[in-house]
Amino acid sequence: MPRQTTVQHTLKNGLTVLVEHLPAVRSAAVTLMVPGGACHEKPGKNGTSALLCELMMRGAGDLDSRALSMALDNLGIQHNLSPGWFHLNFSAATVATRLPDALRLIAEILLRPRLEPEQFAMCLEGREQVLRSIEDEPKQKLMIELRRRCYAPPWNRPVEGSLNQLRDITAEDMREHYRRCCVPEKAILGIAGYVEPERVVAQCEELFASWKGTLPATQESLEERETSGHIKHDSAQTHIGIAYPTVPIRHPDYYKAWACVSILSGGMSSRLFTKVREERGLCYAIGASMNSQRDRARVLCYAGTTNDRAQETLDVTLSELMNLAEDISPEELQRCKARAKSSLIMQQESTMARSSSLTRDWFHLDRLTTLEEIRGKVDALTVDDVRDFAVQHSARTFQVLTIGPEALRCEGQVNLSDL
Amino acid sequence: MKFEQMTLDNGLTLIGEINPNVQSMAFGFFVRTGSRDETPEVSGVSHFLEHMVFKGTARNSPMDVNRIFDEVGAQYNASTSEEITLFYASILPEYLPRTFELVADILYPSLRDDDFEMEKKVILEEIGMYEDMPAFSAYEKLMELHFQGHPLERSILGSVASINALTAGQMRNYHREHYLAGNMTLVVAGNVDWSTMVDLANAHCGGWPAGSTPRNTAEARSGGGRLILEKPGSIQEHVAQMASAPPAQSPLRYAAEILSIIVGDDANSRMYWELIEPGLAESAELSYNDYDGSGSYMTFLSCDPGDVSGHLQRISNIYAEVNAHGVTAEELEQAKNKVSSRIVLRSERPMGRLSALGGNWVYRREYRSVEDDLHSLEQLRIEDVNELLRQYPLGQQTTVAIGPLSSLDD
Repeated sequence: MPRQTTVQHTLKNGLTVLVEHLPAVRSAAVTLMVPGGACHEKPGKNGTSALLCELMMRGAGDLDSRALSMALDNLGIQHNLSPGWFHLNFSAATVATRLPDALRLIAEILLRPRLEPEQFAMCLEGREQVLRSIEDEPKQKLMIELRRRCYAPPWNRPVEGSLNQLRDITAEDMREHYRRCCVPEKAILGIAGYVEPERVVAQCEELFASWKGTLPATQESLEERETSGHIKHDSAQTHIGIAYPTVPIRHPDYYKAWACVSILSGGMSSRLFTKVREERGLCYAIGASMNSQRDRARVLCYAGTTNDRAQETLDVTLSELMNLAEDISPEELQRCKARAKSSLIMQQESTMARSSSLTRDWFHLDRLTTLEEIRGKVDALTVDDVRDFAVQHSARTFQVLTIGPEALRCEGQVNLSDL
Repeated sequence: MKFEQMTLDNGLTLIGEINPNVQSMAFGFFVRTGSRDETPEVSGVSHFLEHMVFKGTARNSPMDVNRIFDEVGAQYNASTSEEITLFYASILPEYLPRTFELVADILYPSLRDDDFEMEKKVILEEIGMYEDMPAFSAYEKLMELHFQGHPLERSILGSVASINALTAGQMRNYHREHYLAGNMTLVVAGNVDWSTMVDLANAHCGGWPAGSTPRNTAEARSGGGRLILEKPGSIQEHVAQMASAPPAQSPLRYAAEILSIIVGDDANSRMYWELIEPGLAESAELSYNDYDGSGSYMTFLSCDPGDVSGHLQRISNIYAEVNAHGVTAEELEQAKNKVSSRIVLRSERPMGRLSALGGNWVYRREYRSVEDDLHSLEQLRIEDVNELLRQYPLGQQTTVAIGPLSSLDD
């Protein structure tokens, strides 16, 4: 594993700055996580954080919407500000020599957004267009609705917003959300690239030391749960979503959970691809992935298939998920380890991947992990470890959601949002 | 960074950009075949064949193929376009011999009947999946209409009917005619020893059949047209339009690339300020697509059905303004900054270099370093954009719409 040089520093106001020097690149990437995501929205106002993300990019400090866009383009900053379930996530990358200017601009956007009412009205129109378009994309709609059903409120809210609540959000709601949630306490700033860590930390002190605010309280009064298992849609395929509980990143058994999902869906020799696609030709798209919040996690599984083969697809997929613990072979686990090794090493070539890894570590674990440490934990996994975990955590309690012309038969489901 | 090149006796060309400072390497076989090289009877065969390659050979069963790729931790896949079928893998250098031997072996697959029939089901599912994505459906129909009568009209996926009718025998013939060493380029990028690479290519590709397949690259002359596909259940209208643009071999392609950024990038472009910032549309973009001998500007609009004709008029006004007066020096400068940063970021990983290296070689027989690309970008002048607009003005010649509307007229 390549040697890593990282620096961590927490400002007095609670913002943590994490910097990694990567010698073989010429770019720098920034990931900034601020606790203003969907779970902090007021009930009945889902979409506030998505709107805020758009509005923050439309003017900051002395720069109006156009001037801000031009400043970003002139610095060659590829950027994205998007809502998450807990945070607002700002990611940016440019050539490393422009990092100081880029950080100054990012600080403007974060600390001095204009949040102008006329821009708010336009963002609202645009967001409605986005949500309407999702209604025409059944696969995307399925994963949003599956999340809504398998976590409890407020952890289940669509980060994209909800069409039926959007028009209830006012410009004042937006400003209130910004004041309450865009705070330095528990905010995390990760920077990776061809940079000098000490200088970057010093500049962050200078830019962000005056930022004030404390973490917002968790929302208490909450919306009703959604439980229906089928959404009727006149689509060419039936889109099938399955969720079941697993352990989050900070759990001691996380790497066992990772190996289980990797055996199911990690590569083209994985079980779902082999049993559902290769041996039966039921699907083009099939897969499962971990979705980890801080204190709870789910495995989310997707399959898209023509309507008359949907029942068989669901039955075969569920059977694979439930019987995961059977016959796990050393070779199967070894392949998971090989894939992990490659992707860890290749992560070092991507400043974006590294900066988001730094912030993710800090959020979930309150510390940084090294690639060496992760590799060690993955390599130490034994077939017995993974099998024991699978026996306890395979999909014995699960939730299914389908989008398509007809509902499918499915026995034994439970409502995961109660867990 | 060092560029290397050689050609085997059978005509297979190898090119490599060697960078010892990175941890990984990527290699890919660019096969010069795609939907435009098909006849209507075998529509979709190039893409179906791309899938069948992973079904293996006498030496490697389908399960072996998937297993070995995963054993070496490869990030690998394949893709099929109108004109290129690409097989690639991104790996750690120590796994090169094993991975290369596998990829070279499966490019001449057994194409067994039972594997063919099973994979046919997967292809039909893939067609179904894209049918549920309105933007993709609009693109396919637009290509068919805009390039009517030209080889580029053919669908990459084929249709349910053409795939159902296709036989394994037809696929074997197609493979025999197109998978010739002279149609292939092996592209390598990253941390790799060139002489090892040459030895591997000689050992595993030296016996491949020589030859190449002719391709009609006459520039398309589109007759335009309009197709409205009514989809009553949908909410938004998805509109795609095309007009002629410079081919891949044209020196005007840099200007076309930058013009599409200035006019129709997803942020800070003329279309963005006109339609996206005010919240009038979900998406309004212009892109430039270059092909072997032909090219197209593609406009994409997704919005409320009631607003379509008004928005298309707004786009039309933007194009008329640009065609008449060109772009400003400030717009050009900003777009250059934006594009140069994209080039640098994309090029940091070997996998990011692969498609640029392969594209330059397959279409133009040239090697261009990242520095070359940045230099060409820097050299672009307003006059180049004006010359482009004189020869290839922006337009909305061909239109396809998918959504609730039965007509685009008010």
